[in-house]
Amino acid sequence: MISEIRKEILSNIEKEMIISQLTKGKRIDGRGLFDFRKINVIPAPVEKAEGSAFVSLGKTKVLVGIKVNPAMPFPDTPNEGIFVINTEFSPVASPLFELGPPSEYAIEVARVVDRIIRSSEMIKLDELVIIPGELVWMINIDIYALDDNGNLIDASLIGTLAALYVGYIPRVEVIDKDRKKIEIIKEERTPIPLKDMPISFTFAKIKDILLLDPTRIEENIMDARLTIAVNNKGEICSVQKGEGGGFKLEDIHLAKDIVIKKSNGIRKIINDQLVKKPRGKEAWNEIRRLSYGEDEES
Amino acid sequence: MTIVTKDNIILLNEKGRRSDGRKWNELRPISMVVGVLERADGSAIVETGGTKVLAAVYGPKEMYPKHLAMPDRAILRVAYRMTSFSVEERKKPHPSRREIELSKVIKEALEPAVILEEFPRTVIDVYILVLQADGGTRVASINAASLALADAGIPMKGLVTAIAVGRLGNQVIVDLNDVEDKYGNADMPIAYIPSTGEITLFQMDGTMSPDLFDKCLEVAIETLNKIHEMQKEALKRKYLKNKKD
Repeated sequence: MISEIRKEILSNIEKEMIISQLTKGKRIDGRGLFDFRKINVIPAPVEKAEGSAFVSLGKTKVLVGIKVNPAMPFPDTPNEGIFVINTEFSPVASPLFELGPPSEYAIEVARVVDRIIRSSEMIKLDELVIIPGELVWMINIDIYALDDNGNLIDASLIGTLAALYVGYIPRVEVIDKDRKKIEIIKEERTPIPLKDMPISFTFAKIKDILLLDPTRIEENIMDARLTIAVNNKGEICSVQKGEGGGFKLEDIHLAKDIVIKKSNGIRKIINDQLVKKPRGKEAWNEIRRLSYGEDEES
Repeated sequence: MTIVTKDNIILLNEKGRRSDGRKWNELRPISMVVGVLERADGSAIVETGGTKVLAAVYGPKEMYPKHLAMPDRAILRVAYRMTSFSVEERKKPHPSRREIELSKVIKEALEPAVILEEFPRTVIDVYILVLQADGGTRVASINAASLALADAGIPMKGLVTAIAVGRLGNQVIVDLNDVEDKYGNADMPIAYIPSTGEITLFQMDGTMSPDLFDKCLEVAIETLNKIHEMQKEALKRKYLKNKKD
């Protein structure tokens, strides 16, 4: 029901134009069917967060922040750290989002991102233990949509990857193991232990045409959605089909082939920006420049 | 006169410099950019030092549920929210009592400027998201929201401009940062509509002598006129950019 409300009314003429162009293999923003929009990753703008990233995917923008805190481990995994992924799709990002508890859609996105991170074993949870069985690090990853112009799933995952990559854990000293007394030394930081960088690709199906990285208007008229994620080794590490329509077997094969072919390229685009782009105070200059639309080639 | 907090942060040194090296009436670097979001009808991002606030405006649009609509004017709704990672300790996403109070006082600071009678039976929504907090988020929110309302093309009597002033010992200070907000002797956020001369947000906590109270108000109005110029510049920049396109 909620996914119905998410859709806006689009005029028939606009809809027909988009579809007729798609049948010729063209998209209204000039991209090829299997091109991503421009990916901009700005690492670590939020100084109060233990990790953060601003990501724009064309005109879609997200801000992801990480807070880490000591917590009790789950009883079934006493020697593993914890991570929790939460999405906040507030009305800042879209007239279709509402205040209040997360919508079905927001929860789906959070769970898809969570599954991709978990299946790829990206975070080395066994290295996040403070006192075995008693105290571990809990990593809270909060994804804020700032401007929804389509494909929040991939933008959210990229933001999460980037925030984790620039994120840190403060040094902790165990003072009294039995009483669980610890001291956190915020100034001494070690990177969050990571071992993989999964990449996701979200496709839309409009009529019988498959396309990558749908914009908001394409999402509006899509019949079905498919997300495939792939890890460093080239293994598929998560899949999610969404919306009311369906996919043919050959669509799925085609999507999978594109994912395998393109994942290293996308991973490089993200990695390069994590290394080169400014952080902290200077990161805001970049965000300002991007948000002001001086970088509009999507 | 040196003022030191109990955990040895120097709030004011003998040369009259504050914890971040500013003079008593010096503002932190302010940046205002209008029209930063694609989806919202109007938007602005305002940065005051480490404080970063994003505001989005939608409307005027139809009011749901309908019985809340007013037959003679539009309703202004404001939601002020902080991101979970904007503060030292993670803030749980659901709205706190503080966020609800701030939403209300910000709404009441903006309302006198907006010509609501132009749009009967509708609603104008203002959403404010604090991306990072370093003192003065409510005044940055008002500055951003007022720009976003103007960007949305909503008729206003004037821009609403806001600043926090306060006191360290006997010294009046302008534009309090996080530490000054926490450990200073008084904090007085003020919003003002320069074109009508109305003060539309006025709060204070801490203590202040009547003389210093007057001095604070005087300094605040002086500063607000400066910030008002910056807001107008920010709006002009967007207008001129569009003209160029």
